[in-house]
Amino acid sequence: MADQQRNDGFVVFDRVQKSYDGETLVVKDLNLSVGRGEFLTMLGPSGSGKTTCLMMLAGFETATHGDILLGGTPINNIPPHKRGIGMVFQNYALFPHMTVGENLSFPLEVRGLGKSQREGKIKRGLEMVQMGEFANRRPAQLSGGQQQRIALARALVFEPELVLMDEPLGALDKQLREQMQFEITRLAHELGITTVYVTHDQTEALTMSDRVAVFDDGRIQQLDPPDVLYEEPKNSFVAQFIGENNTLVGEVVEMHADKCTVRLADGEVFDAKPVNVQKVGDKTRVSIRPERVEYNKDRIPESAHTLKAEVLEFIYMGDIFRTRLRVAGNDDFVIKTRNAPDQPRLKPGQQIEIGWMPEDCRALDA
Amino acid sequence: MSALPPYTTIGQRVWYYAFRVIVALILFFLIAPIVVIIPLSFNAEDFFTYTPGMLALDPDAYSLKHYRDFFTNPDWQQAMRNSVMIAPAATVISVGLGTLAAIGLSQSHVPFRRAIMAILISPMIVPLIISAAGMYFFYSRVGLQGTYVGVVLAHAALGIPFVIITVTATLVGFDRSLTRAAANMGANPITTFFKVQMPLILPGVIAGGLFAFITSFDEVVVVLFVGSAGQKTLPWQMFIGLREQISPTILAVATILVAVSIVLLTAVELLRRRSERLRGITPH
Repeated sequence: MADQQRNDGFVVFDRVQKSYDGETLVVKDLNLSVGRGEFLTMLGPSGSGKTTCLMMLAGFETATHGDILLGGTPINNIPPHKRGIGMVFQNYALFPHMTVGENLSFPLEVRGLGKSQREGKIKRGLEMVQMGEFANRRPAQLSGGQQQRIALARALVFEPELVLMDEPLGALDKQLREQMQFEITRLAHELGITTVYVTHDQTEALTMSDRVAVFDDGRIQQLDPPDVLYEEPKNSFVAQFIGENNTLVGEVVEMHADKCTVRLADGEVFDAKPVNVQKVGDKTRVSIRPERVEYNKDRIPESAHTLKAEVLEFIYMGDIFRTRLRVAGNDDFVIKTRNAPDQPRLKPGQQIEIGWMPEDCRALDA
Repeated sequence: MSALPPYTTIGQRVWYYAFRVIVALILFFLIAPIVVIIPLSFNAEDFFTYTPGMLALDPDAYSLKHYRDFFTNPDWQQAMRNSVMIAPAATVISVGLGTLAAIGLSQSHVPFRRAIMAILISPMIVPLIISAAGMYFFYSRVGLQGTYVGVVLAHAALGIPFVIITVTATLVGFDRSLTRAAANMGANPITTFFKVQMPLILPGVIAGGLFAFITSFDEVVVVLFVGSAGQKTLPWQMFIGLREQISPTILAVATILVAVSIVLLTAVELLRRRSERLRGITPH
């Protein structure tokens, strides 16, 4: 995770812009440096420009402005087939008229490798994804998860230094997806390859990546390791997009270096950590994670800010309780508490007192 | 076929049976004229009618003499040679140009794709007699009228629309990410075309080729205009045969042509099934 220091800029986007129609920019001023061996995820809603970035890196789209560098060399003028980048496509893109073995053999054949060399690599490639016995099957005879593994093996078999993955797990069911997440990260780290992974699934991004670049509106909103991204979102888009989040809208009434005071519309006043607000009078959205709020009186610390709330919904989820509350006029305030023996269970309509620590409140842009 | 469900109304019942009768009638009117000539071609007499002996299934009423005539008569043999030379040559040109056109027109960046497509398909839509007359005047001007090259080119123009349509249809189902994947793995565009795209659209190419072949093999109007007696094909010979010396040899030839067509169409169907299997849609 602490790889940022030795980021040698293996893949660099330098002031890259992309427009399809010459008017609207799909990618606006992208600057990004990926270190050798890093697993970087581009995360964002559809239309945020993340897939376009991946396609520019693969060479299927050209950047309207700016340079893309691979190992220090600009690759804007190199056609896709000379870039030597492995890629796993969303729909796997296995050749249906070839067997699994022939699919893996394809990148080796076009590189002019001899038969014995090819066979060795194909065998190792298939074993790597535990598909050793499937060399003679056709893709149509495989399940989605198996096709996924073959696509992965095919992208790795010619030993590229950089592998791109375009939402490769989108079509799989939940269980298989989790298993493949683990397997892809394991392979990427074992082989020491640099991976650029595109997804709209934040869980995938958090569990797999060394760093995550959150895309929105053609820009990187935040680029950080998963834990920083979740705990210290830099703006309200990131706070809202990553994980579950409670938002309270108010105004800054007092401003210090590491503390500010916020007044909500209904007059509630409390302290928060200023992240994206500059001065008194700024509108702000205060972000509080559901698991950082407590309603059990014995667990609310002395220094916590407390306020009244009404229970609207109480959902028993086994390991946790998920409670939806009305807090300061907000009907969608969710808190999650651990299912402990002393944790009281609530009923809709109940009036309770909740509390949170000022440092868990982040005052972001409105 | 399952029985009618118990909730059907009288109207639905009537339609259920009426529909089957209509379908049977359509099939009958399509097939009967073709089927009826097949026994006639084995007629021992030189007439176009079923003799009492034929209806009584008397073996003496049947013979292969019309087939013998076809294979020995120099006029028919000349026509046969011409057809067998012209049709494959026209097919090769149709397939080559039609496939390239279909691939080009399936790329989204090509301007005026629909207009170009409409023009290329037009020989199929414009009345044949108009194409034929146009070709006659044009080919006379450039010295192609009455030559093999002229007839081959004219038939190729008629065959191209079939190839474009069938190849375009296979390209619709063609996944563009496959060519991207191939490029990504280091294959240049030419290798990608021959190793990835061509094998997958091959069924469409072959189907189009067969249609083009049959078009040329069965065509009479254009060849009458563009060709001269030296280029007379089987349909030409049948046509003048019908006018000048009504001989049941025509029926023998017709039967042979029907058989050839059936074989070719069966080949198309088998190819279609193969391509579906390759794409993972298994027919059951």
